[in-house]
Amino acid sequence: MKISRDILLAIALLLLIGLVAMRFPGFATPQSLASVFNDSAILIILALGQMAVILTRCIDLSMASNLALVGMITAMTNAAYPMVPVVVLVMMAIVLGAALGGINGLLVWKAGIPPIVVTLGTLTIFRGIIFLLTDGQWVNAHEMSASYKAFPRAELLTLPALSWLAIAIIVGMAIFLSRSPAGRAMYAAGGNPDAAVYAGIDTGRTRARAFVVAGALAGLCGYLWVSRYAVAYVDVAGGFELDVIAACVIGGVSIAGGVGTVLGCVLGALFLGVIKNALPVVDISPFWQLAISGAAIIIAVVLNARAERRPGRLILEQSSDSSLPVSHS
Amino acid sequence: MKITRRLLLATAVASGLAMGGAAQAQDNIRIALVVKALGIGFFEAAAKGAEEAAAELGNVELIYTGPTDTTAEGQIEVINSLIAQRVDAIAISANDPDALVPALKKAQQRGIKVISWDSGVAPEGRAVHLNPSSNPLIGNMIIKLAADHLPDGGQVAVLSATSTSTNQNTWIEEMNKVMSDYPGIEVVSTVYGDDLADKSYREAEGLMATHPDLAAIIAPTSVGIVAAAQAVTDAGKVGQVNVTGLGLPSEMAGHIESGASKSFAIWNPIDLGYSAVMLAHDLVDGAEAGPGATLSMGRMGELTLDDNSEGAMADPFIYDASNIDDFKDIF
Repeated sequence: MKISRDILLAIALLLLIGLVAMRFPGFATPQSLASVFNDSAILIILALGQMAVILTRCIDLSMASNLALVGMITAMTNAAYPMVPVVVLVMMAIVLGAALGGINGLLVWKAGIPPIVVTLGTLTIFRGIIFLLTDGQWVNAHEMSASYKAFPRAELLTLPALSWLAIAIIVGMAIFLSRSPAGRAMYAAGGNPDAAVYAGIDTGRTRARAFVVAGALAGLCGYLWVSRYAVAYVDVAGGFELDVIAACVIGGVSIAGGVGTVLGCVLGALFLGVIKNALPVVDISPFWQLAISGAAIIIAVVLNARAERRPGRLILEQSSDSSLPVSHS
Repeated sequence: MKITRRLLLATAVASGLAMGGAAQAQDNIRIALVVKALGIGFFEAAAKGAEEAAAELGNVELIYTGPTDTTAEGQIEVINSLIAQRVDAIAISANDPDALVPALKKAQQRGIKVISWDSGVAPEGRAVHLNPSSNPLIGNMIIKLAADHLPDGGQVAVLSATSTSTNQNTWIEEMNKVMSDYPGIEVVSTVYGDDLADKSYREAEGLMATHPDLAAIIAPTSVGIVAAAQAVTDAGKVGQVNVTGLGLPSEMAGHIESGASKSFAIWNPIDLGYSAVMLAHDLVDGAEAGPGATLSMGRMGELTLDDNSEGAMADPFIYDASNIDDFKDIF
């Protein structure tokens, strides 16, 4: 079932690329598709983090703010101390992001506040902190060191480092979620929390862990985003959290938790990425662009919801043919 | 920043002493330049221009002041203290068009000439408002910036903010009105980056993909111009596609250096501060303000007032490799 849905989405993605190529043939060249992948890399990484959270029946609205705050901090550090090597900045971004995610996780786990409320709060708090740090000032291209800006662009075997990083994280997440006990626990904690508890899984800890994973990836993306666009300001990635959630939903990750594959999530992010890159080249009025993006999301969700719907079950048999009453899950 | 302010203060005190020594203090015209808040690069630059005007006029004592944060309350306090000091004129960039009116009315009743500049005050609170530029001038400038580097003509595209942004649309409209003055320049597309770095970047990529002969991208928005310049750099099209439009020197310095942008424009705060002091001086000297009146702005020429007693100073100022270093640390 899950596999067929991923294949369906892959076919839809190819159809979409084909449609765009009909209007603008240059779109389907390997070079152009590689640049679509590179442009979508940050969305893919964030969507994978979001997926871990959604799997546990939570949601993280603060990812884009986390990204912006960590991105700003790395940019300010780089501007003030250009000699700090980029590797250290990347490490710092991941650790900082994980710490911010940890705040979400702790509030959800220990304080028992609903995740949507917690992350709605941290969404504005993180943005607010950026303003306090910067007074609204930008960190601009000429204030960043050359190596800071060069890393995501460095080419290796014709693909930029940003794309390779996304590929590495896709593989890493796929192994983590399907092979590690902590990853399996995320499916269990979201799929059926009560059963998970009986199976000896601490659902609260698992949720907090998912938030830390999402935070670490958001922090990493903070550096990637700022160095990619060579500018840091308060509104960086404003509203991007919704794109990230949309990518998950299109990719078949169930908002109700417990359902979702890494492949589906990546395809969902690529689907949005292709739309975003295609709309500028097919020359459609900007008013239609918004409507088309929105329609694509709704269609994908409707298809997913239909695929997810289980056939009705009989709870009480009328005749005494069956000896075992079907229990209600 | 602190050092420059202290220096300013020191020079102000020193010049004040020098004037006092010449026993001319009584004849000096005291003009207060009130800004939105102290410590903002843009306004520090305006103060520099104001000093230049004061030095040129000779008999002007300049008081550069403002609140420490951008609030109307802070400015009202400043205005009240200026009224108490019996200054001759106040030139203000307002934090709120209406909240300052009562305080400024009081100042006008005491014979103080009031003008607003940069950010205006409602007409009843001031005699004149000085706009840094006007929509027709900006519309003309953005296409001129592109055309200046395309002597043989070529394709240009516009990267705007949102499709509903009033000022952007007005400027593009004004630009289209004067297209006949730039033969050979063809606007092939107008796209919208929504003032988001990633969307603007993609739109710029899209423009380069769909129009292989594109020679310039005009982005009359500060987020768009930076994102487009980065997209051009990443696509390896520096020198082939020139990114221009409206931006801030501090944000564009890196892209001027890389060559992705040959030039761009924005109002010059130095000229703005200079003109504000010149106008205030003209009013103190007895010039009458009102619809249709013409006032002097010294080296910036004359300001003709419209029905709202507003006027536009000049074309936006062009920044390029020759002057970017002087401005990139200012604003």
